[in-house]
Amino acid sequence: MHLALFIIFAGLCVAGALNLLLQRHPINSALSLIVVMSSLSVLYLLLGAEFLAAAQVIVYSGAIMVLFTFVIMLLNAGREERTHGSKLAYIAGFPGAAALLGLLAYIFLSQRTTFGNARLGEYLATTGDLSRVLFRDLLLPFEVTSVLILIAILGAVALARKEH
Amino acid sequence: MVPIAYYLVLSAILFSIGVAAFLIKRNIITVFMSIELMLNAVNLTFVAFSRQWSQATGHLQVSGQLFVFFVMVVAAAEAAVGLAIIIAVFRARNTLNVDQIDLMKL
Repeated sequence: MHLALFIIFAGLCVAGALNLLLQRHPINSALSLIVVMSSLSVLYLLLGAEFLAAAQVIVYSGAIMVLFTFVIMLLNAGREERTHGSKLAYIAGFPGAAALLGLLAYIFLSQRTTFGNARLGEYLATTGDLSRVLFRDLLLPFEVTSVLILIAILGAVALARKEH
Repeated sequence: MVPIAYYLVLSAILFSIGVAAFLIKRNIITVFMSIELMLNAVNLTFVAFSRQWSQATGHLQVSGQLFVFFVMVVAAAEAAVGLAIIIAVFRARNTLNVDQIDLMKL
């Protein structure tokens, strides 16, 4: 059951990410990124992180991707054209990413017995468990992030405003 | 029952695709989206390691999940500011192609 769900949603994740890479129109890339983020929220649920699964859907596939699609439509972004720089990037990009993937996958798979197996339904972190740590031990960082969000809002308004 | 290493390999795959997309894509919005993809891949690693630490110690550990929470907050702020910068760049240069925004190149 767990393995079947993992394979389905991991496959969706990888398919969405590859589609992001291969599509030439930004709106198609944005929609496939929504698929990736929504399937990741199911994987969080499988790992027992129920608050993060909800936050992933609300914040990432909700707020952030709506912002992205909104900007794509606002700027009327068309298909990207191939330029001289993209040839250079093809030469450096694919082997570099493949080498990174090979290294990481080798390390993770060689340590797979140390990492152990995840069973469905164990170690479920409820919102209460998270908030107990967040509002006791991490209260100051939490408050600092609210200042960060405030500054980000002001910065976004100041940057996107039309100059007179 | 799924080995936690599989989750980590999945996040490595997503991160590598993000790196490749970051290097290959020429549209500034798509480049920004591949950064979000990389952030998501690292978030999956944090959740998987949080689960692994819970299993290793025998009781629930939520530090990794709280780290993901903070990453999400910062990512939301970063997306708002980044997209505002993209709008400002588009107003100034009238293009979204990263090859044509090369004022700081030698």
